[in-house]
Amino acid sequence: MTRVLIALATLIVFGVLKLPAERSLAQEHRESRLADVDLNLNLREQIGQIGFVAVLSGFRGMLADFLFIQAHAAWERTEWGRVLFLFQQVTALQPHVPLFWDMAAWHMAWNASAAAMNDPSQPRLALRMKAQREYFAIGRDFLERGIKNNPDNPKLYESLARLYREKYNDHARASEFFRKAADCPGAPIYDKRFSAYELSYCEGWEPQAYIQLRRLYDEGEKERLPTLIVRLKYLETKLNVPKEQRIPEH
Amino acid sequence: MKANDETSIKEAVGLPETPTLPEYHRFSPWRVLAITTNTLIELAWQKVFYVLLIFALVLIGSSVFMTRFTFQQEFQILKDVSLGAMSIFTSVLAIVATARLIPQDMEDRTLYTILAKPVPRYEYVLGKLLGVLLLLAISIAVMAILFTAILYFREQSLLDETWRQMRSGPPGQVDDALNAIRAAGLNNDIFIGVAVIFLKASLLAALTLLVSTFATTNIFTIVVMVFVYFIAHLQPIAREYWLQQPHVGLITRGFLALITLIFPDLQAFNLIDDIVAGVAIPMAIFTKTVLLGIFYVAIYTLAAIFVFYGKEL
Repeated sequence: MTRVLIALATLIVFGVLKLPAERSLAQEHRESRLADVDLNLNLREQIGQIGFVAVLSGFRGMLADFLFIQAHAAWERTEWGRVLFLFQQVTALQPHVPLFWDMAAWHMAWNASAAAMNDPSQPRLALRMKAQREYFAIGRDFLERGIKNNPDNPKLYESLARLYREKYNDHARASEFFRKAADCPGAPIYDKRFSAYELSYCEGWEPQAYIQLRRLYDEGEKERLPTLIVRLKYLETKLNVPKEQRIPEH
Repeated sequence: MKANDETSIKEAVGLPETPTLPEYHRFSPWRVLAITTNTLIELAWQKVFYVLLIFALVLIGSSVFMTRFTFQQEFQILKDVSLGAMSIFTSVLAIVATARLIPQDMEDRTLYTILAKPVPRYEYVLGKLLGVLLLLAISIAVMAILFTAILYFREQSLLDETWRQMRSGPPGQVDDALNAIRAAGLNNDIFIGVAVIFLKASLLAALTLLVSTFATTNIFTIVVMVFVYFIAHLQPIAREYWLQQPHVGLITRGFLALITLIFPDLQAFNLIDDIVAGVAIPMAIFTKTVLLGIFYVAIYTLAAIFVFYGKEL
């Protein structure tokens, strides 16, 4: 027994020695945004006691996947409330997986909104439209929070740009977010082009859009895609660009 | 009298040469190796090892049937489930296998046979621990090979499929699509995750060995270790509360301090969720985690040896 107590005392002494190393490592984890999950009562209420224990035991990723599969099944059954509830949990558990934010936004802004608009139990169009816009807003909120948690991921900016383009018909915001996507490391080459396309639809921004599209056109054959040529020709006509400065007929 | 004279007298009277004992070393890696090998063989014969290993392999293998998801979702789930299965399996194995080592040897009387020979107790404890660590390393290597193979072949088949479908498209778009698959597939950070899982299991094995040196049964050790597992995951919360809340009562502070100082910070080893999420693990953090893990293992092993020296056998 004496030896056990001496061993315990030794562990306490070594515990004091390890304390600065543990704190410094935890600080570096926070700085590198590792284990960046707020383990608060709100999350505890969302995922239940067993889920919370699983999170504390280091099985956060597995639990998030399990809930994601449940959300997928709920989507197949078109239980939109449950899909939303489960995706809130999934994104709270794994905030650094852009895929989860993207899927959550897609289900809300595209699928749930379409279902709300075609809801046979709601005869009033105004209420169906209201519900549809609420789902757009939920989708947008998922993407905005996703971007906040993953500011260097081009995929979420692209999805937000598409949401503005297709659901809000807001080409200026769509162009802005495609440009932000293009600025991210490892962004696909089409983001810059898409940003210019969207700008070409904005009233009052035609000169800027023309400059961007013309610059892309001048980069060479690989950028001279049919949509780019069509938009460029439209802007040349609209801006009365002199004939000698226009691009040749393709 | 000189030694040569003594030899010649012995020869003259017909006395045999005095038998010389083999040279005794205070520490012999060969003795430790013998105990390690023996422990490994003994553990490998246990049914629980195969049940757990098969369960983990089935879990990893079942992740293949995710075809209704997109490739990003499929890879995400495959990585999460596989690394999670490895983590569960190695943690359970580390606790269960280590808990039974000393009680089983006492029950079989093997312990007395070994210690009756010139084997110091620390060599016995070291040999036992290394045997468990070797078993953990082999198990994790088997699981990692299966997991990597599944991920690699799935990635290759997707790359081929995408290439076939998009080869007539613009080269930039084809590259983007292929790069997206590569980014979601196999990357080096996964091996960092596997290394950290092994380190966490090693730490649990060392801690279980310490508990088993003063425990009377292996059931007691396992139950204690289950509690320790959860407490050690909460240790960083206790630590921050202890250090940042000076106004709490003395008893609470003392309790929090005890948890902070005695238990390891297991949250420091939970990097797999972030690795799967695609967060790059800086080399400095990985190195510090490895050093902290080695420090824990060394301290708990030393404490286990110390307690074991005082154990009445």
